[in-house]
Amino acid sequence: MASTLISVGPRRFRIGSEWSGLIAEINSLYRSYPKAEEGPAHYSVRMESEGLLRRFIRPQVAIRGDYTVPDALPLPRPQGLLASEMAMNLQVAMGERQYLLLHAATVERDGRAIILTGESGSGKSTMAALLMTRGWRLLGDEFALLDPATGLLSPFPRPISLKNESIATLAKLASESRFGPWMRNTPKGDIRHLIPDGASLDRMNEMAVPALILFPAFGHAAEARPVGDGEAFVRLTQASTNYTMLGETGFEALTRLVTHLPAQAIDYPDTETGIAMVESAWGDLVP
Amino acid sequence: MIDARLLARLLADPSYVAWLKPAHWDAVISMARAERLDGSLAWRLEGAALPSVVKEILAQSRANAEASRTSALWEAEMARRALAPLGIPVILLKGTAFAAAGMSAGQGRLIGDLDILVPRQKLGEVEAALLDAGWEWVKDDPYDQSYYRDHMHELPPLIHRERDKIIDVHHTILPLTCRITPDAAALIADARPLGNGLFTLSPEDMIVHAVAHLFADGDLSGGLRNLWDIDRMVREFGAAPEFSKRLLERAALHQLPKSTARALRLARHLFETPTRTDWATEPRRGDIFYLGRLLARDTWGRETRKLLRFAFYVRSHWIRMPPLQLARHLFTKWRAKERPRTP
Repeated sequence: MASTLISVGPRRFRIGSEWSGLIAEINSLYRSYPKAEEGPAHYSVRMESEGLLRRFIRPQVAIRGDYTVPDALPLPRPQGLLASEMAMNLQVAMGERQYLLLHAATVERDGRAIILTGESGSGKSTMAALLMTRGWRLLGDEFALLDPATGLLSPFPRPISLKNESIATLAKLASESRFGPWMRNTPKGDIRHLIPDGASLDRMNEMAVPALILFPAFGHAAEARPVGDGEAFVRLTQASTNYTMLGETGFEALTRLVTHLPAQAIDYPDTETGIAMVESAWGDLVP
Repeated sequence: MIDARLLARLLADPSYVAWLKPAHWDAVISMARAERLDGSLAWRLEGAALPSVVKEILAQSRANAEASRTSALWEAEMARRALAPLGIPVILLKGTAFAAAGMSAGQGRLIGDLDILVPRQKLGEVEAALLDAGWEWVKDDPYDQSYYRDHMHELPPLIHRERDKIIDVHHTILPLTCRITPDAAALIADARPLGNGLFTLSPEDMIVHAVAHLFADGDLSGGLRNLWDIDRMVREFGAAPEFSKRLLERAALHQLPKSTARALRLARHLFETPTRTDWATEPRRGDIFYLGRLLARDTWGRETRKLLRFAFYVRSHWIRMPPLQLARHLFTKWRAKERPRTP
């Protein structure tokens, strides 16, 4: 089995596949990342075929690893990169317990970070990508890693998974060389990965202080409203993949987060307005 | 070729860490996770000189096991409260029992469902009390329901609607269709109180139950962890006077003397489990297949030795029920699978 070692923030992944071509694609997507030091990985993931037939005829990539969900659907081989990203997410979502994991995009400026959390389709990946082009450091577009011991956020800057229209939006702002290959008609639509910028990757081990929680919702008339501690708490427990697993530690970390940070719900009709609203909320915070 | 013997050796002898090459660690971690032994490994390697990433990983595994222990004990307490009015002994089995009794087999062990044993004639009352206290059926398919009730050693699994935890209510430790019939009344009569209204099996019965689970009730999936449980228990209880004799007596009483001897031989081989020299020492024909099956993992934690695995799968069905009944069971299951589902 061909394999590679990828480091993202504090976590190291061992990725293996019968398709050496897929490993080459993964290495290419992560080419700008600081090279992973040799040594044991935190998680092992595997891109496997489901039987010999499926390796050659209309090949499909099954997602496996240290942590596996039995009903995860395989993806066609051309969408192998998406499969590998999903597999890495799955390991973290199911295995991580040192950090409290929030399904959120996080960006940082002057050492302080915004947590943008919302369901799929809330536009957090697009917003994170756009904010990155406007001088923010990307901590991550998928998972926020909150360290319960320190209350700090660890970067986890995976390639940003851009979907459908947002690919064109970002194509105007980032050079073609920073994009991964097109993957069309995936279960999530058309997908292209955007490699985070140099500043985000060089500083991928530098923690940030969380300063603001935002709940963006795309497709509504522009409206911002404050969110109380209780509501923010409940919404963040729902956004966390390992809140229950962490028990009391998770409860304390999340309580501290919502009681120390202001939170706002942001409804926005289009991306441009959304970005303006995020930066305005930030402006209110940092005069 | 590297297989799970690497993991077994580390569990048996933590000083083996010194012989490990850096490249072995990934294999150890993936295999330990696959066998759900990473928490146990974390306990065993406490204080050993480890690469920093391995330390981080094992600290997480240990914390995971601790959380699993907390919630398992809480679940046991919930069952105790629900069943207290019935005034019957509620006996904890497997992982929850190890944790509740503070046994070394419980150290770092992940605990899944709550398994309890109650007298068979009280099953109806137990079921009603649990349904009343918020548990619900996981399988409401009529065939599954009646299959469990007629042929199994437990009620169909129940899940608590708020806590999302499964309880398996046993009335004995092997399916009724099995050729072997353990003495359920003796299991219950010899149970040991924990002091909080709950019970565990006697030390010897706990080992015999682990043996039954390992060899007589399945295809050896998770077998390495089962054997590790047995090693821990033999080490913990083995110093008591006449322990070996009593274990043999109980094994005979529950019709599992050969399986018990085999488990002890395999544990001795893999984990250097101290066993008395008058039985269970010399490897027997057939042990090699069991060892091969127990250790069938590669450096990515993947299942290997497909043919051997399949052989044990067939064996599990063969020993679990007579051929005609097996055919009928598999046919019904197959038909249910083929039947188009209504949305």
